[in-house]
Amino acid sequence: MNAIDVRGVAKVFNPGRSNQVEALSGIDLSVESGEFITLIGPSGCGKSTLLRLIASLLSPSAGSVQVNAKPAEQARLDRDYGMAFQTAGLFDWRTVAKNIELPLELMGWSKGDRRRRSAEMLDLVKLGEFAKHHPSELSGGMQQRVAIARALAFSPSLLLMDEPFGALDEMTREHMQDELLRIWGETGTTVVFVTHSIPEAVYLSTRVVVMSPRPGRIAAIINADLGDRTAATRDDTAFFKKVTEVRVALRDVEG
Amino acid sequence: MPNTDAMAEAHDPLVFEHRLKQQAALEQRRDAVMRIVRQTVTFTVFLALLVGLYTGYKAFGQSIDDAQHDWAVIGSVLPRTDDLNMPPVSEIFGQFGETPGGQDQIYARILFGEALFTLREAFAGFLVGLVIGMVIALALAQWRRLEQGLLPYVVASQTVPLIAIAPIIVIWGRKNFDVFPWEWQDWMSVSVIATYLTFFPVAVNGLRGLQSPRPENQELMASYAATWWQALWRLRLPASLPYLFAALKIAATASIVGAIVGEISAGVEGGLGRRILREAFNYTTGPDRLFASVLGAAVLGIFVFLVVTGVERLVVGRHGGGAAT
Repeated sequence: MNAIDVRGVAKVFNPGRSNQVEALSGIDLSVESGEFITLIGPSGCGKSTLLRLIASLLSPSAGSVQVNAKPAEQARLDRDYGMAFQTAGLFDWRTVAKNIELPLELMGWSKGDRRRRSAEMLDLVKLGEFAKHHPSELSGGMQQRVAIARALAFSPSLLLMDEPFGALDEMTREHMQDELLRIWGETGTTVVFVTHSIPEAVYLSTRVVVMSPRPGRIAAIINADLGDRTAATRDDTAFFKKVTEVRVALRDVEG
Repeated sequence: MPNTDAMAEAHDPLVFEHRLKQQAALEQRRDAVMRIVRQTVTFTVFLALLVGLYTGYKAFGQSIDDAQHDWAVIGSVLPRTDDLNMPPVSEIFGQFGETPGGQDQIYARILFGEALFTLREAFAGFLVGLVIGMVIALALAQWRRLEQGLLPYVVASQTVPLIAIAPIIVIWGRKNFDVFPWEWQDWMSVSVIATYLTFFPVAVNGLRGLQSPRPENQELMASYAATWWQALWRLRLPASLPYLFAALKIAATASIVGAIVGEISAGVEGGLGRRILREAFNYTTGPDRLFASVLGAAVLGIFVFLVVTGVERLVVGRHGGGAAT
């Protein structure tokens, strides 16, 4: 069973009006369970829109989006996915633990179960001692780790991430990429990850989806079969070759 | 060994950064204490300056008057400095301890009782205004078209002169408000006037606060398939609190003003408004009493402002100072 099936999807904003924009056209994409997919492309290529169609935060103008073999909206109502955004989007009036428990509250978990799970998730993202802190006391990288813990708190089979590390500095960013790969390895969650960064896309994913703008289309899908990532991977020739391959594909779509 | 702990921590840049932040939080708390001290000192100095200015000007003017000089500014632009126009500060404050003729209580005690009466009117009006303001804010936040249609009327309502509608409300209260299960009393009409002043800032700021969460925060709630109530209760209301408290500070003082003006123009007995009106009538025989009663009203206004600030600190605390990050 595929985790995601996107068939013939198009998205038009403000149809029939002067500010009509064709954001996506003719999108076909299948994602297998357990894959790590990145969407990359220049501004306006609709990668964030595609992510929001999968999340059923937007509905397509044409075509169909299936998540876990059901319509995307049903998957959203069933809470099949967790989501993380460019800003951590933590609620500052809640403690770190309470932020992670937010989706569990909405799903009606008991207090004891929530406590246990938020403690587990904090261990997973290595922030165990910060449960009672407030988000404003944490650094940007730590906040993003809390956001990832929150997205994974109810063990969704799918994790959707919209440039989650875009606002972080380079050092923290690489650190977070390794953390995310570790968590991905431990949980087996399917990940769809939107990014601007070519090395990030190659380093993280099993497949890189290169998109082109006006209207947004899938220009190429590149297998990033580099095996297990280690500290050495970033200096590997094979890694650089893949980076070049994605860069060339992106240059083609820009031209 | 604490030393090795510290060394282990130093290897994790995130933990190290956190320690720095903790340090900063500690300093922030110390700064907060210093701020309160500074504010108290500033307030006291400012009060002393004000009294000094008043007394100094009065002494200056009277020294000229005593020498029979003609000083064109005093008495035309600036007030005359005799005791009728500017009672000495000592007498104004001394008035609080005096027992007015025909009374068995000192003036401060009388003012206190009347302030409580006005406070009750204002508080009842404030609470109703808070509820009405929030309902309007919620409705406007929910239906954008309503915002365009209704907001001009909400704004226009505040341009109607209060003195004009106060008597109308009192007369309606006496004749028409039979629908309520309790007997309508005149002070309740004054509360309605206070409500009229308080609902407005609550509605306007409440609307801004409810709209303050970022699109990403709203998308997050949608991604959890949260209901409207869940999103309101867990995101939009908490996010609106800082905005709301800014409005409540305005509303609280406005409710006092509304109650005092309402008492005066509606002729309701028992509160500070009526007191101020009476002292104005008796000005020639006791100008210091008018000054003292106005000071009482000012203290009441400052009091409600401080109460709201205190509640804000309890509810919002150090955190949640703004929308979600």
